[in-house]
Amino acid sequence: MGFDSLRRSLLAGERVVAFTRAEGGELGARLLVWPDGRSEGTLRDPELDRTALGLATADVLPATGLREIESVEVFVETYEPLPQLFVVGAVHVAIHLVHFARQLGFRTVVVDARSAFATAERFPHVDELVVEWPADYLARVPLHANTYCVFLTHDEKLDNPALQVALEAGVRYVGALGSSRTHSKRVAALRESGLADELIDRIHAPIGLDLGGRRPEEIAMAIAAELVAVRNGRQAAGKR
Amino acid sequence: MLDILSDVDRWRADGQRVAVATVIRTVGSSPRPLGSKMAVSGDGGIAGSVSGGCIEGAVIEEAQSVLEDGQPKRLSYGISDELAWSVGLTCGGEVEVLVERIDG
Repeated sequence: MGFDSLRRSLLAGERVVAFTRAEGGELGARLLVWPDGRSEGTLRDPELDRTALGLATADVLPATGLREIESVEVFVETYEPLPQLFVVGAVHVAIHLVHFARQLGFRTVVVDARSAFATAERFPHVDELVVEWPADYLARVPLHANTYCVFLTHDEKLDNPALQVALEAGVRYVGALGSSRTHSKRVAALRESGLADELIDRIHAPIGLDLGGRRPEEIAMAIAAELVAVRNGRQAAGKR
Repeated sequence: MLDILSDVDRWRADGQRVAVATVIRTVGSSPRPLGSKMAVSGDGGIAGSVSGGCIEGAVIEEAQSVLEDGQPKRLSYGISDELAWSVGLTCGGEVEVLVERIDG
């Protein structure tokens, strides 16, 4: 059933479309198609395979669901890459946030220049732990429309240059920890460095849905809840 | 799919057979979206879900024969179905699942 290939692709963050015959004697026959045109398996009908290949390599990928292809009922599943969450600042809140975010289906990366904080002992559960200047790191990894960035260092030297990289890359979500006063200072500094107001306005600050909590795990929960709201289209790209 | 992967990997590493049920059609209110998956192992392990808990028992039962003979099955559950009373699809919707054995 192509399970191993599908598994590999999902873990590698690739998009893939799976076609499965949903009726008749060939029930369960499966064709996997990657948007670059590679494929594996077969629906046991060359015409059906060809049409499916066309659907999966079109600009707009088919929605998940049953559909008739060449008069045969086929279940189509479009797998999108995992949303990825970059957490800048290996702080206490980040430890809890990584827990929640992974449960919620995010691939998680924690980056901090301070090796005393960014340790495997503190983050045994993160997908990737990076000790590097956050702005340099974000500038060299692929940031896409399914990328979420959270800034938690409370240190403008670490946060602000990295914030700028994330905002200019057009990621899905940017949130920054800090009070309204901290945020006003941050906005002034970002303006000073020439960032456009419309980009600065995209920062979610104060970060997180208002759950009224103050403990690190409560703040992490509020941030995680905001990530879910944004992922589900419940919050506009702007701040609350 | 990703929610069942770590369990499925572990079962397969232990040499167990594994079947996967996928929600392929829903009508009316249904708690799990299209593509939701539940995996069942030969030893009775369960990961993921295909409903709010109302049809899992029945699907797990059906999965036993799929685990044995490898023949995929398409199953329907809903209020129009006699099974509904015994299985108890309380949401009042209809759900269809495809059950298949993982053979690589």
